Amino acid sequence: MRTLFSGPRPSLRDHKPNVQLAERRLFLRGGLSIGALSLLSGCDLTDNEQVDSVLTAISRLNDRAQAALFSRTTLAPTYTAADITPNFPFNAYYAESKLRPVDGEHWKLELAGRIADKKPWTLADLRTLPQESQITRHICVEGWSAIGQWSGVPFRTFLERIGADTKAAYIGFTCADDYRTSIDMATALHPQTIIALDYAGAPLPDRYGYPIKLRIPTKLGFKNPKQILAMTVTNDYPGGYWEDQGYNWFSGS
Amino acid sequence: MDRPITASPVLGGTPPGKPRPLHSGFVRATHWINALAILIMVTSGWRIYDASPLFEAVFFPKGITLGGWLGGALQWHFAGMWLLVGNGLAYVAHGFASGHFRRDFLPLRPREILHDMIAALKFRLPHVAGRYNAVQRLLYVGVLGLGVLVVLSGLAIWKPVQLQLLTAVFGGYEGGRLVHFAAMAGIVGFVVVHLALVALVPKTLPTMIIGRELHLGRAREVKP
Repeated sequence: MRTLFSGPRPSLRDHKPNVQLAERRLFLRGGLSIGALSLLSGCDLTDNEQVDSVLTAISRLNDRAQAALFSRTTLAPTYTAADITPNFPFNAYYAESKLRPVDGEHWKLELAGRIADKKPWTLADLRTLPQESQITRHICVEGWSAIGQWSGVPFRTFLERIGADTKAAYIGFTCADDYRTSIDMATALHPQTIIALDYAGAPLPDRYGYPIKLRIPTKLGFKNPKQILAMTVTNDYPGGYWEDQGYNWFSGS
Repeated sequence: MDRPITASPVLGGTPPGKPRPLHSGFVRATHWINALAILIMVTSGWRIYDASPLFEAVFFPKGITLGGWLGGALQWHFAGMWLLVGNGLAYVAHGFASGHFRRDFLPLRPREILHDMIAALKFRLPHVAGRYNAVQRLLYVGVLGLGVLVVLSGLAIWKPVQLQLLTAVFGGYEGGRLVHFAAMAGIVGFVVVHLALVALVPKTLPTMIIGRELHLGRAREVKP
Protein backbone atom coordinates (compact mmCIF):
# COMPACT_ATOMS: atom_id res chain seq x y z
CA MET A 1 0.00 0.00 0.00
CA ARG A 2 2.69 2.45 0.95
CA THR A 3 4.18 2.43 -2.50
CA LEU A 4 0.98 4.08 -3.64
CA PHE A 5 1.99 7.14 -1.71
CA SER A 6 5.12 8.37 -3.35
CA GLY A 7 6.41 11.63 -1.93
CA PRO A 8 6.50 15.03 -3.60
CA ARG A 9 8.63 15.47 -6.68
CA PRO A 10 12.23 16.61 -6.09
CA SER A 11 11.63 19.79 -8.09
CA LEU A 12 8.79 20.74 -5.79
CA ARG A 13 10.89 20.16 -2.68
CA ASP A 14 13.58 22.49 -4.00
CA HIS A 15 11.15 25.34 -4.48
CA LYS A 16 9.00 24.67 -1.46
CA PRO A 17 9.21 28.15 0.12
CA ASN A 18 8.33 29.89 -3.15
CA VAL A 19 5.58 27.48 -3.93
CA GLN A 20 4.06 27.90 -0.51
CA LEU A 21 4.08 31.67 -0.97
CA ALA A 22 2.36 31.35 -4.33
CA GLU A 23 -0.14 28.93 -2.93
CA ARG A 24 -0.97 31.27 -0.11
CA ARG A 25 -1.51 34.14 -2.58
CA LEU A 26 -3.70 32.01 -4.79
CA PHE A 27 -5.71 30.84 -1.83
CA LEU A 28 -6.19 34.40 -0.58
CA ARG A 29 -7.22 35.55 -4.03
CA GLY A 30 -9.66 32.64 -4.26
CA GLY A 31 -11.11 33.70 -0.94
CA LEU A 32 -11.48 37.27 -2.17
CA SER A 33 -13.34 36.24 -5.31
CA ILE A 34 -15.69 34.02 -3.31
CA GLY A 35 -16.34 37.06 -1.13
CA ALA A 36 -16.98 39.22 -4.18
CA LEU A 37 -19.35 36.62 -5.59
CA SER A 38 -21.36 36.49 -2.38
CA LEU A 39 -21.65 40.28 -2.50
CA LEU A 40 -22.97 39.98 -6.04
CA SER A 41 -25.54 37.39 -5.06
CA GLY A 42 -26.57 39.62 -2.18
CA CYS A 43 -27.67 42.54 -4.35
CA ASP A 44 -26.45 42.97 -7.92
CA LEU A 45 -27.48 39.58 -9.30
CA THR A 46 -31.05 39.88 -8.07
CA ASP A 47 -31.57 43.49 -9.12
CA ASN A 48 -29.51 43.54 -12.29
CA GLU A 49 -31.76 44.13 -15.32
CA GLN A 50 -29.67 42.07 -17.73
CA VAL A 51 -29.62 39.10 -15.37
CA ASP A 52 -33.35 39.52 -14.92
CA SER A 53 -34.01 39.48 -18.67
CA VAL A 54 -31.87 36.34 -19.11
CA LEU A 55 -33.74 34.59 -16.30
CA THR A 56 -37.08 35.66 -17.80
CA ALA A 57 -36.02 34.33 -21.21
CA ILE A 58 -35.08 30.98 -19.65
CA SER A 59 -38.43 30.93 -17.86
CA ARG A 60 -40.15 31.27 -21.28
CA LEU A 61 -37.97 28.40 -22.54
CA ASN A 62 -39.12 26.41 -19.51
CA ASP A 63 -42.75 27.16 -20.46
CA ARG A 64 -42.12 25.50 -23.82
CA ALA A 65 -40.22 22.59 -22.26
CA GLN A 66 -43.10 21.94 -19.86
CA ALA A 67 -45.71 22.23 -22.63
CA ALA A 68 -43.71 19.60 -24.55
CA LEU A 69 -43.54 17.38 -21.47
CA PHE A 70 -47.26 17.79 -20.74
CA SER A 71 -49.34 14.76 -21.65
CA ARG A 72 -53.01 15.26 -22.54
CA THR A 73 -53.83 11.80 -21.24
CA THR A 74 -51.56 11.31 -18.22
CA LEU A 75 -53.71 11.66 -15.12
CA ALA A 76 -52.60 13.13 -11.82
CA PRO A 77 -52.46 10.45 -9.10
CA THR A 78 -55.73 10.16 -7.18
CA TYR A 79 -56.15 9.32 -3.51
CA THR A 80 -58.74 7.87 -1.15
CA ALA A 81 -60.97 9.79 1.26
CA ALA A 82 -58.69 8.65 4.09
CA ASP A 83 -55.78 10.57 2.50
CA ILE A 84 -57.57 13.95 2.53
CA THR A 85 -55.63 16.56 4.48
CA PRO A 86 -57.55 17.72 7.55
CA ASN A 87 -58.04 21.51 7.54
CA PHE A 88 -56.95 22.00 3.95
CA PRO A 89 -54.97 25.27 4.06
CA PHE A 90 -56.31 28.61 2.86
CA ASN A 91 -54.03 30.20 0.32
CA ALA A 92 -54.10 33.49 -1.53
CA TYR A 93 -51.89 36.53 -2.00
CA TYR A 94 -53.48 37.97 1.17
CA ALA A 95 -54.27 36.66 4.64
CA GLU A 96 -57.49 34.76 5.28
CA SER A 97 -58.77 37.62 7.49
CA LYS A 98 -58.86 39.84 4.36
CA LEU A 99 -61.06 37.38 2.46
CA ARG A 100 -64.12 39.05 0.82
CA PRO A 101 -66.89 36.46 0.22
CA VAL A 102 -68.84 36.52 -3.04
CA ASP A 103 -72.66 36.61 -3.07
CA GLY A 104 -73.42 33.46 -5.06
CA GLU A 105 -77.11 34.32 -5.52
CA HIS A 106 -76.28 37.25 -7.77
CA TRP A 107 -73.01 35.90 -9.14
CA LYS A 108 -72.63 35.14 -12.84
CA LEU A 109 -69.63 33.85 -14.75
CA GLU A 110 -68.90 36.34 -17.53
CA LEU A 111 -67.48 34.98 -20.80
CA ALA A 112 -65.33 36.89 -23.27
CA GLY A 113 -63.03 36.41 -26.24
CA ARG A 114 -63.14 33.55 -28.72
CA ILE A 115 -66.41 32.01 -27.47
CA ALA A 116 -69.50 31.41 -29.62
CA ASP A 117 -72.13 31.74 -26.87
CA LYS A 118 -71.11 34.42 -24.37
CA LYS A 119 -74.27 34.18 -22.26
CA PRO A 120 -73.20 34.51 -18.57
CA TRP A 121 -73.58 31.39 -16.40
CA THR A 122 -75.16 31.17 -12.95
CA LEU A 123 -74.34 28.55 -10.32
CA ALA A 124 -77.67 26.84 -11.01
CA ASP A 125 -76.79 26.68 -14.74
CA LEU A 126 -73.46 25.03 -13.93
CA ARG A 127 -75.20 22.49 -11.68
CA THR A 128 -77.21 21.26 -14.69
CA LEU A 129 -74.02 20.08 -16.46
CA PRO A 130 -72.44 16.64 -15.79
CA GLN A 131 -70.38 16.58 -12.59
CA GLU A 132 -67.18 14.74 -11.71
CA SER A 133 -65.31 14.27 -8.45
CA GLN A 134 -61.61 13.92 -7.73
CA ILE A 135 -59.33 13.48 -4.73
CA THR A 136 -56.00 14.93 -5.81
CA ARG A 137 -52.88 16.57 -4.42
CA HIS A 138 -52.63 20.35 -4.46
CA ILE A 139 -48.97 21.34 -4.70
CA CYS A 140 -48.07 24.89 -3.78
CA VAL A 141 -45.26 26.80 -5.49
CA GLU A 142 -43.84 27.22 -1.97
CA GLY A 143 -43.28 23.48 -1.74
CA TRP A 144 -45.98 22.25 0.64
CA SER A 145 -48.77 20.01 -0.56
CA ALA A 146 -52.23 18.96 0.63
CA ILE A 147 -54.83 16.48 -0.58
CA GLY A 148 -58.43 17.60 -1.11
CA GLN A 149 -61.65 16.49 -2.75
CA TRP A 150 -63.18 18.69 -5.42
CA SER A 151 -66.28 18.10 -7.55
CA GLY A 152 -67.79 19.96 -10.45
CA VAL A 153 -68.03 20.34 -14.21
CA PRO A 154 -65.24 19.00 -16.42
CA PHE A 155 -63.83 22.18 -17.97
CA ARG A 156 -63.66 20.54 -21.39
CA THR A 157 -67.42 19.85 -21.26
CA PHE A 158 -68.03 23.50 -20.38
CA LEU A 159 -65.73 24.81 -23.13
CA GLU A 160 -67.47 22.63 -25.71
CA ARG A 161 -70.89 23.73 -24.42
CA ILE A 162 -70.11 27.45 -24.81
CA GLY A 163 -68.45 26.96 -28.19
CA ALA A 164 -65.00 28.09 -27.11
CA ASP A 165 -62.29 28.18 -29.76
CA THR A 166 -60.23 25.26 -28.47
CA LYS A 167 -57.53 26.12 -31.02
CA ALA A 168 -56.86 29.36 -29.14
CA ALA A 169 -53.70 29.51 -27.07
CA TYR A 170 -54.84 30.79 -23.68
CA ILE A 171 -57.69 31.10 -21.25
CA GLY A 172 -57.41 34.00 -18.83
CA PHE A 173 -59.31 34.33 -15.54
CA THR A 174 -60.15 37.33 -13.40
CA CYS A 175 -61.37 36.84 -9.86
CA ALA A 176 -63.42 38.70 -7.27
CA ASP A 177 -60.32 39.28 -5.14
CA ASP A 178 -58.55 40.97 -8.09
CA TYR A 179 -56.47 37.86 -8.63
CA ARG A 180 -55.69 36.94 -12.22
CA THR A 181 -54.11 33.94 -13.88
CA SER A 182 -54.11 32.17 -17.25
CA ILE A 183 -53.56 28.68 -18.59
CA ASP A 184 -52.74 26.92 -21.86
CA MET A 185 -55.50 25.26 -23.89
CA ALA A 186 -54.02 21.75 -23.58
CA THR A 187 -54.31 21.94 -19.80
CA ALA A 188 -57.79 23.47 -20.05
CA LEU A 189 -58.91 20.41 -22.03
CA HIS A 190 -57.22 17.89 -19.70
CA PRO A 191 -59.77 15.36 -18.33
CA GLN A 192 -59.01 16.30 -14.70
CA THR A 193 -59.38 20.07 -15.13
CA ILE A 194 -62.75 20.87 -13.55
CA ILE A 195 -64.85 23.87 -12.57
CA ALA A 196 -65.09 22.94 -8.90
CA LEU A 197 -68.45 23.73 -7.29
CA ASP A 198 -68.01 21.53 -4.23
CA TYR A 199 -65.31 20.75 -1.72
CA ALA A 200 -65.55 17.48 0.24
CA GLY A 201 -69.10 16.92 -1.00
CA ALA A 202 -70.51 20.32 0.07
CA PRO A 203 -70.70 23.63 -1.80
CA LEU A 204 -67.28 25.27 -1.97
CA PRO A 205 -66.73 27.28 1.23
CA ASP A 206 -65.69 30.94 0.85
CA ARG A 207 -62.14 30.14 1.88
CA TYR A 208 -61.76 27.60 -0.93
CA GLY A 209 -63.13 29.92 -3.61
CA TYR A 210 -66.96 30.06 -3.57
CA PRO A 211 -68.73 30.23 -5.95
CA ILE A 212 -66.31 28.49 -8.33
CA LYS A 213 -62.68 27.50 -8.44
CA LEU A 214 -60.86 26.04 -11.42
CA ARG A 215 -59.23 22.87 -10.10
CA ILE A 216 -56.20 21.82 -12.17
CA PRO A 217 -54.31 18.92 -10.57
CA THR A 218 -51.66 19.13 -13.31
CA LYS A 219 -50.60 22.62 -12.25
CA LEU A 220 -49.24 24.33 -9.14
CA GLY A 221 -51.78 25.78 -6.71
CA PHE A 222 -51.47 29.42 -7.81
CA LYS A 223 -52.64 28.39 -11.30
CA ASN A 224 -55.99 27.28 -9.77
CA PRO A 225 -58.06 30.51 -9.68
CA LYS A 226 -60.83 30.93 -7.07
CA GLN A 227 -63.88 33.23 -6.88
CA ILE A 228 -63.77 33.47 -10.68
CA LEU A 229 -65.78 36.35 -12.16
CA ALA A 230 -64.80 36.16 -15.82
CA MET A 231 -62.88 34.08 -18.31
CA THR A 232 -61.46 35.01 -21.71
CA VAL A 233 -60.42 32.67 -24.51
CA THR A 234 -57.63 34.44 -26.36
CA ASN A 235 -54.47 34.24 -28.39
CA ASP A 236 -52.96 37.23 -26.58
CA TYR A 237 -50.89 36.21 -23.55
CA PRO A 238 -52.97 37.26 -20.53
CA GLY A 239 -50.27 36.84 -17.82
CA GLY A 240 -51.40 36.81 -14.22
CA TYR A 241 -50.94 38.26 -10.74
CA TRP A 242 -47.91 36.14 -9.83
CA GLU A 243 -46.82 35.42 -13.39
CA ASP A 244 -46.32 39.15 -14.03
CA GLN A 245 -43.99 39.25 -11.02
CA GLY A 246 -41.84 36.37 -12.19
CA TYR A 247 -43.46 33.06 -11.29
CA ASN A 248 -43.10 30.66 -14.18
CA TRP A 249 -46.22 30.90 -16.35
CA PHE A 250 -46.75 27.23 -17.27
CA SER A 251 -46.03 25.90 -13.75
CA GLY A 252 -47.11 22.37 -14.59
CA SER A 253 -46.82 19.44 -12.21
CA MET B 1 7.06 9.50 2.88
CA ASP B 2 10.19 11.30 1.77
CA ARG B 3 11.68 8.35 -0.01
CA PRO B 4 13.14 9.09 -3.44
CA ILE B 5 10.70 8.78 -6.20
CA THR B 6 10.52 6.53 -9.12
CA ALA B 7 8.34 7.90 -11.88
CA SER B 8 5.19 9.12 -10.18
CA PRO B 9 2.43 7.87 -12.43
CA VAL B 10 0.26 10.66 -13.63
CA LEU B 11 -3.30 9.94 -14.82
CA GLY B 12 -2.99 7.40 -17.59
CA GLY B 13 0.80 7.62 -17.75
CA THR B 14 2.97 10.46 -18.98
CA PRO B 15 3.72 10.50 -22.68
CA PRO B 16 7.19 11.62 -23.64
CA GLY B 17 7.60 15.31 -24.40
CA LYS B 18 4.99 17.66 -23.04
CA PRO B 19 3.76 16.39 -19.67
CA ARG B 20 0.10 15.48 -19.56
CA PRO B 21 -1.98 17.77 -17.34
CA LEU B 22 -3.03 16.38 -13.97
CA HIS B 23 -6.62 17.22 -14.91
CA SER B 24 -7.59 17.36 -18.56
CA GLY B 25 -8.96 20.60 -19.97
CA PHE B 26 -12.38 18.97 -20.25
CA VAL B 27 -12.40 17.92 -16.61
CA ARG B 28 -11.22 21.39 -15.50
CA ALA B 29 -13.89 23.18 -17.54
CA THR B 30 -16.72 20.93 -16.39
CA HIS B 31 -15.46 21.15 -12.79
CA TRP B 32 -15.77 24.92 -12.68
CA ILE B 33 -19.05 25.05 -14.57
CA ASN B 34 -20.34 22.47 -12.11
CA ALA B 35 -19.04 24.52 -9.17
CA LEU B 36 -21.01 27.52 -10.46
CA ALA B 37 -24.11 25.41 -11.12
CA ILE B 38 -23.96 23.86 -7.63
CA LEU B 39 -23.54 27.32 -6.08
CA ILE B 40 -26.61 28.59 -7.97
CA MET B 41 -28.72 25.49 -7.26
CA VAL B 42 -27.88 25.26 -3.56
CA THR B 43 -28.27 28.94 -2.71
CA SER B 44 -31.48 29.37 -4.73
CA GLY B 45 -32.73 26.04 -3.38
CA TRP B 46 -32.25 27.32 0.17
CA ARG B 47 -34.48 30.32 -0.60
CA ILE B 48 -37.14 28.02 -2.06
CA TYR B 49 -36.85 25.77 1.00
CA ASP B 50 -37.41 28.77 3.28
CA ALA B 51 -40.82 29.41 1.67
CA SER B 52 -42.06 26.21 3.28
CA PRO B 53 -39.41 24.61 5.55
CA LEU B 54 -39.40 20.84 5.96
CA PHE B 55 -37.87 21.07 9.43
CA GLU B 56 -38.76 23.72 11.99
CA ALA B 57 -35.17 24.03 13.15
CA VAL B 58 -33.66 24.38 9.67
CA PHE B 59 -33.87 27.81 8.05
CA PHE B 60 -31.40 29.54 5.74
CA PRO B 61 -30.61 33.23 6.41
CA LYS B 62 -31.60 35.36 3.43
CA GLY B 63 -28.06 36.73 3.11
CA ILE B 64 -26.67 33.38 1.98
CA THR B 65 -29.50 32.64 -0.46
CA LEU B 66 -29.92 33.61 -4.11
CA GLY B 67 -32.94 35.15 -5.81
CA GLY B 68 -34.14 37.68 -3.25
CA TRP B 69 -37.66 36.26 -3.06
CA LEU B 70 -39.34 32.95 -3.87
CA GLY B 71 -40.09 33.90 -7.49
CA GLY B 72 -36.52 35.03 -8.10
CA ALA B 73 -35.08 31.94 -6.44
CA LEU B 74 -37.31 29.71 -8.60
CA GLN B 75 -36.11 31.49 -11.74
CA TRP B 76 -32.48 30.91 -10.71
CA HIS B 77 -33.17 27.29 -9.77
CA PHE B 78 -34.91 26.40 -13.02
CA ALA B 79 -32.26 28.21 -15.07
CA GLY B 80 -29.40 26.64 -13.09
CA MET B 81 -30.88 23.16 -13.66
CA TRP B 82 -30.02 23.34 -17.37
CA LEU B 83 -26.43 24.27 -16.55
CA LEU B 84 -26.15 21.55 -13.89
CA VAL B 85 -27.73 18.79 -15.97
CA GLY B 86 -26.17 19.77 -19.32
CA ASN B 87 -22.71 20.06 -17.83
CA GLY B 88 -23.22 16.96 -15.68
CA LEU B 89 -24.28 14.81 -18.65
CA ALA B 90 -21.26 16.00 -20.67
CA TYR B 91 -18.96 15.21 -17.74
CA VAL B 92 -20.43 11.75 -17.12
CA ALA B 93 -20.37 10.86 -20.84
CA HIS B 94 -16.73 11.99 -21.01
CA GLY B 95 -15.93 10.15 -17.78
CA PHE B 96 -17.12 6.84 -19.19
CA ALA B 97 -15.87 7.36 -22.76
CA SER B 98 -12.38 8.57 -21.83
CA GLY B 99 -11.85 5.94 -19.16
CA HIS B 100 -11.42 8.70 -16.54
CA PHE B 101 -13.94 7.05 -14.18
CA ARG B 102 -12.53 3.54 -14.55
CA ARG B 103 -8.92 4.69 -14.33
CA ASP B 104 -9.18 7.21 -11.51
CA PHE B 105 -12.29 6.31 -9.48
CA LEU B 106 -11.84 2.54 -9.37
CA PRO B 107 -11.25 0.24 -7.65
CA LEU B 108 -13.32 0.83 -4.52
CA ARG B 109 -12.10 -1.76 -2.05
CA PRO B 110 -13.44 -1.57 1.52
CA ARG B 111 -10.05 -2.59 3.00
CA GLU B 112 -8.20 0.17 1.14
CA ILE B 113 -10.88 2.69 2.03
CA LEU B 114 -10.63 1.77 5.72
CA HIS B 115 -6.84 1.89 5.63
CA ASP B 116 -6.72 5.27 3.92
CA MET B 117 -9.53 6.64 6.09
CA ILE B 118 -7.54 5.84 9.25
CA ALA B 119 -4.38 7.30 7.73
CA ALA B 120 -6.27 10.44 6.70
CA LEU B 121 -7.75 10.92 10.16
CA LYS B 122 -4.21 10.70 11.60
CA PHE B 123 -3.09 13.26 8.96
CA ARG B 124 -0.73 10.60 7.65
CA LEU B 125 -2.22 10.24 4.20
CA PRO B 126 0.08 12.09 1.79
CA HIS B 127 -1.28 13.85 -1.26
CA VAL B 128 0.06 12.35 -4.44
CA ALA B 129 -0.43 14.49 -7.53
CA GLY B 130 -2.39 12.67 -10.19
CA ARG B 131 -3.46 9.76 -8.05
CA TYR B 132 -6.51 9.51 -5.84
CA ASN B 133 -6.35 7.60 -2.58
CA ALA B 134 -9.18 5.20 -1.70
CA VAL B 135 -11.03 7.77 0.43
CA GLN B 136 -10.92 10.32 -2.38
CA ARG B 137 -12.20 7.72 -4.83
CA LEU B 138 -15.05 6.88 -2.47
CA LEU B 139 -15.93 10.56 -1.99
CA TYR B 140 -15.86 11.36 -5.71
CA VAL B 141 -17.99 8.34 -6.61
CA GLY B 142 -20.27 9.13 -3.66
CA VAL B 143 -20.83 12.76 -4.66
CA LEU B 144 -21.46 11.66 -8.26
CA GLY B 145 -24.18 9.37 -6.90
CA LEU B 146 -25.59 12.24 -4.84
CA GLY B 147 -25.58 14.38 -7.99
CA VAL B 148 -27.67 11.78 -9.81
CA LEU B 149 -29.96 11.53 -6.77
CA VAL B 150 -30.43 15.29 -6.44
CA VAL B 151 -31.33 15.60 -10.14
CA LEU B 152 -33.74 12.64 -10.13
CA SER B 153 -35.46 13.72 -6.90
CA GLY B 154 -35.60 17.26 -8.28
CA LEU B 155 -37.33 16.02 -11.45
CA ALA B 156 -39.68 13.96 -9.26
CA ILE B 157 -40.89 16.98 -7.29
CA TRP B 158 -40.86 19.30 -10.32
CA LYS B 159 -43.11 16.97 -12.36
CA PRO B 160 -44.98 14.71 -9.91
CA VAL B 161 -47.75 14.18 -12.49
CA GLN B 162 -45.87 13.84 -15.78
CA LEU B 163 -43.05 11.82 -14.16
CA GLN B 164 -45.20 10.11 -11.51
CA LEU B 165 -43.41 6.76 -11.80
CA LEU B 166 -40.17 8.48 -10.84
CA THR B 167 -41.96 10.35 -8.05
CA ALA B 168 -43.35 7.05 -6.77
CA VAL B 169 -39.79 5.70 -6.51
CA PHE B 170 -39.11 8.40 -3.90
CA GLY B 171 -42.27 7.58 -1.97
CA GLY B 172 -44.39 10.27 -3.62
CA TYR B 173 -44.12 14.04 -3.73
CA GLU B 174 -43.37 14.59 -0.04
CA GLY B 175 -40.86 11.75 -0.01
CA GLY B 176 -39.19 13.32 -3.03
CA ARG B 177 -38.84 16.62 -1.17
CA LEU B 178 -37.07 14.86 1.69
CA VAL B 179 -34.72 12.99 -0.65
CA HIS B 180 -33.99 16.24 -2.57
CA PHE B 181 -33.13 17.97 0.69
CA ALA B 182 -31.00 15.06 1.97
CA ALA B 183 -29.09 14.86 -1.33
CA MET B 184 -28.45 18.63 -1.15
CA ALA B 185 -27.18 18.23 2.43
CA GLY B 186 -24.85 15.43 1.32
CA ILE B 187 -23.49 17.52 -1.54
CA VAL B 188 -22.94 20.53 0.72
CA GLY B 189 -21.18 18.21 3.19
CA PHE B 190 -18.93 17.03 0.38
CA VAL B 191 -18.16 20.61 -0.66
CA VAL B 192 -17.19 21.49 2.93
CA VAL B 193 -14.75 18.54 3.13
CA HIS B 194 -13.53 19.22 -0.43
CA LEU B 195 -12.77 22.90 0.30
CA ALA B 196 -11.16 22.04 3.66
CA LEU B 197 -8.81 19.62 1.88
CA VAL B 198 -7.94 22.22 -0.75
CA ALA B 199 -7.13 24.60 2.10
CA LEU B 200 -4.92 21.91 3.68
CA VAL B 201 -3.18 21.04 0.40
CA PRO B 202 -3.40 24.33 -1.55
CA LYS B 203 -1.20 23.11 -4.41
CA THR B 204 -4.23 21.16 -5.63
CA LEU B 205 -6.01 24.40 -6.53
CA PRO B 206 -3.79 25.41 -9.50
CA THR B 207 -3.95 21.87 -10.85
CA MET B 208 -7.70 22.29 -11.32
CA ILE B 209 -7.20 25.72 -12.95
CA ILE B 210 -4.14 25.38 -15.19
CA GLY B 211 -3.86 21.60 -15.18
CA ARG B 212 -0.57 21.35 -13.31
CA GLU B 213 1.07 22.44 -10.11
CA LEU B 214 2.32 26.00 -9.94
CA HIS B 215 6.10 26.32 -10.06
CA LEU B 216 6.56 30.07 -10.35
CA GLY B 217 7.92 30.06 -13.88
CA ARG B 218 10.99 27.96 -13.11
CA ALA B 219 11.81 24.91 -15.18
CA ARG B 220 9.58 22.16 -13.86
CA GLU B 221 11.01 19.35 -15.96
CA VAL B 222 13.08 16.92 -13.84
CA LYS B 223 16.38 16.33 -15.58
CA PRO B 224 17.43 12.70 -15.51
